This record gives sequence, structure tokens and C-alpha cells, in this order.
Amino acid sequence: MAIKPKAGGFVLRVDPILCDGFGHCHELAPELVQIDEWGYPIIKGTPTPLSDADALESARFAVRGCPRQALRIERTPTSN
Amino acid sequence: MNATLPRVLHGATGRPLSLAEHQATFAAPVRTSGLFEELEASGLTGRGGGAFPTSRKVSLLRNQRGHGKVVVVNAMEGEPEAHKDRTLLSTNPHLVLDGAEYLAAMIGAKTVAVCVPRDNQTVVHYLKRAIYERTLRTHKGPTFELHAAPWRYVAGEESALVHWLNDNESLPQYRASRTHVLRVGRGPALVDNAETCAHVALIGRFGAAWFREMGTATSPGSALVSLTGAVDRPKVLEVSLGTTLAAILDAGNADRRPQALLTGGYGGTWLAGNHLDVPYANETLGPVGAMVGTGVLVVLPRSGCGLLETKRVVDWMANESARQCGPCAFGLPALAEDLTHLLHARRDGPRVLARLIERCGVIEGRGACRHPDGVVRMVRSALSVFATDIERHAQGSMCEGAKADEHWVTVPSIVHEDELVWQ
Ligand code: SF4
Ligand code: SF4
Repeated sequence: MAIKPKAGGFVLRVDPILCDGFGHCHELAPELVQIDEWGYPIIKGTPTPLSDADALESARFAVRGCPRQALRIERTPTSN
Repeated sequence: MNATLPRVLHGATGRPLSLAEHQATFAAPVRTSGLFEELEASGLTGRGGGAFPTSRKVSLLRNQRGHGKVVVVNAMEGEPEAHKDRTLLSTNPHLVLDGAEYLAAMIGAKTVAVCVPRDNQTVVHYLKRAIYERTLRTHKGPTFELHAAPWRYVAGEESALVHWLNDNESLPQYRASRTHVLRVGRGPALVDNAETCAHVALIGRFGAAWFREMGTATSPGSALVSLTGAVDRPKVLEVSLGTTLAAILDAGNADRRPQALLTGGYGGTWLAGNHLDVPYANETLGPVGAMVGTGVLVVLPRSGCGLLETKRVVDWMANESARQCGPCAFGLPALAEDLTHLLHARRDGPRVLARLIERCGVIEGRGACRHPDGVVRMVRSALSVFATDIERHAQGSMCEGAKADEHWVTVPSIVHEDELVWQ
């Protein structure tokens, strides 16, 4: 493959004040976001490698799909 | 001045010192240069709860460009058990203002905003007078503004305070990173606790070497302790950091064989009563699971029930949530509910206990501010310090203290949600 895997990782971050707890992010990125008993997202805290294209794509879906624009992707230097 | 206690409460007369009295009491040439170097060498840490090195905060602000920098003096003291800042401002208000003036000089700020809770009109009045006295001086200092904010537990949180100054709402703000610089208007703001300012004032006069004559190498200087609970009367003591807890209880005339101590305030931790030989400083309290925090020590006697006190505190803290973040707005009442269930030794105790432990893990770290984390920390420490008692409650038998419904921690009455004032 021509594209070499990118180094580093990413985490999804939520602004808890903006978040309304409708849980769309959980549906869009179930591998990254769990839901607590009140419907608010519990986001995987450890970085996911950027090379995991599926995860990155669902993270982007979640960011775009969040009705409150409370989500953001943050890059981290390490992938674990 | 030699290295004796009290330091920041020096010259206490039972009423605030006027500017002239203040200058006579703390007569010493005021440094004009090298202030920052002295502050750095002194190793002073913030006395508001975070124990963050003051010089690091100052240097962050010094390196900020921009006009309209502000020093914010935080005397909000949201802790119901804490009354050290109030005591300090009713004793040496000018010492706090001096410190703020030095900080302003260090970062190049022209304005100092002093924030006090508006429910305490006496202190508001003392400060008004002190600030007025300062305007009469010939020497030009920064402009002082007095702000009387509503008294809420989270109102003293830095970002909430700045939010209040900006938008008249005492609600914490979400900060994506910890080094985020807070701003009042467009000006970068340095927020420091009132007691911290008083120490800065003394360091500016007597220097870092003098400051370090007291305290430990990692936690130099003295600190104010609000001692309440099983005491003859609640009081504020100034102690050298590193004094043993036993010596503090002795000096404060408290119960010398307590069941436990609540250290650091409502967002702090319980410490079992067999740790009284531990020196009062973060580096020694930390390993036994306690903290200096906001300088609160509540003494729980053997007759009290730790679970009952914990439940009362969590009830109140849940109500003080600013209800902006789901995990805090729903999670804290859920914790309070579990604790109530356990306290009354209802059926299904072990299951509720397990759920409580799980919920603590779920809530931790998910608020915009540290409010829920403080509550979780307190609940967890209760679960370990009062483990045997809680186990008995879970098995269905209430302890004597809980039956007697004795209260040791002062918890304010719960204000109905609709009547909480944030503006
Ligand atoms: S989609 Fe956005 S608003 Fe909805 S739960 Fe997720 S983060 Fe919160
Ligand atoms: S964590 Fe709680 S107190 Fe802090 S901002 Fe969120 S809702 Fe308010």
C-alpha cells in the first residue's frame, strides 16, 4: 500500500456542559463511546492508534453527528 | 519579624486593622524588585485547595501578552466548614490586598478584583473600608474592585469565578486543557486565594528565607486550618505545615481520640483516627490517603456515624452541583440515594453497596469541573475508613451513632433547586 500508517493516536473528548445526553455518539461510534445509566457518554480514555481507520472514521461520524457539537477529536503523540 | 506564629494572623485584635495600624504592625521595607525571584524561592503553594505552586501560575501570566491583565483575589470560600479566609479578612484585610498588589506588579496588572460571598455582609463591609483607605494613599497602586458574588460551593472554582466576573453567572466553564488561561474580558486573569495573597505579602516583605523557616522542605510556611466538629468551639488556627495532627487537635482543644477526621473539606477525604502522628502537609498526608485541601479539619468523635456524616455531605454537594453536566447532575444524587439506602440499613444492602462503588467509578473525571471528583473521593475514603460500620449497615443493622442521629459536620440546609442563586 502506498499510504503508510500514521504514527500517534487520538482520543475523543466531550464537553460535558454542552452534551445533552441523547447518545447519538454511542450509536455512531460504539467502539469508542459507552453510555452510562443516565444516557451520557463514557468515552474511551486511552488513545486509539490513528492507523485504525475504522475507529477514526466512526469518531468523525460521531463528531459530525453530535447535535450539540460537543465532541472533538484530539491527537495524542502515542497510540497507547 | 521573627519566625513565630501567627504569621498571616499576626496582630489580631478582634477587628480588622486599619491601613495605618497595618503599616505599623508589618513595618518592613517593601521590596520593589526581585519580587518574583523571592516568590519562586519561597516555594509557596496555593492555599485554596489545589496546592499549586504560586510562582508557576504567576510565570504563566507573566509570559502572557495582552493588556488589561487582572489579579482576582478569591475569598469565596465555598466550603461550609471553612472560615479561614473570612477570619483573615476580618483581621488583616490589608495584608491580603498588599499581596494582591505585589502579584499585580509581578504580572503587570492594573486591576485587582476582590471576590467575596455576598451573604457575609460584615466581610464585604470590612473590605469596602479597606479599599477606600487605599484610595486615599499618595502612592499609586492598582485599582481595586470589590465583587460580592453569590455563595455557592462551586462559585469559588476559578473558572466559575471568572465566568461570574464576565457574565454574572457563577457556573464553571469547560476547559479543554489544564493550562488554559482564564480571561476577564480580554485580559488574562491570575486567580489566587486570599490566604495565598497574604503569604505573598509577607514574602514580599521578609523574603523567601524567612518564609522557609517554618514548614517542611516541600510544603514551606504556615497555613490556616479551620477546625470544627468535636471541638469546644469552631476555630481557625495558624499552624506550621508539618505539625502533627495530634498537636493541631491539642492546640485547638479538640477531641484527642477521634474516630476519624475529615481532611481537606467536603471534596476531601476521611482519615481514620489512628493516624494522628502524621505531619500536616500534603506529602505526608497523601500516603495515608488524606490531604490539606482547603485547610478544613472536621473531628468526628467515636460516638458519631461516619456513614451518616458522609450521606449528609453528599446530599448537600449533590444539590450544589451546577447541573450543567449529566454525570454530575444525575450521578451525585444517585450516590446520595445509595448512601441513604445504606444508612437506613434497608434491604438489599450488599447490592446497593456494590452499585455505589460502581457508580463512583462511572462518575469520576466526567464533569467540567472537579466537583464530582471531590465527592467521589470523599465517598471512597468513607468506604475504606468506615468499612466495618458500612458493612454492618449493609447487613441490616444501624450503628448507635446513626440511631442517635447525632450530627458533627455542619451541613447547611438544602436550598430548593429553583431557589439556588447563580447570578
Ligand atoms: S451525541 Fe453529543 S450531545 Fe449526544 S450524547 Fe453524544 S456528546 Fe452528548
Ligand atoms: S461538574 Fe458539576 S459542578 Fe462542575 S460544571 Fe459540571 S455540573 Fe457544574
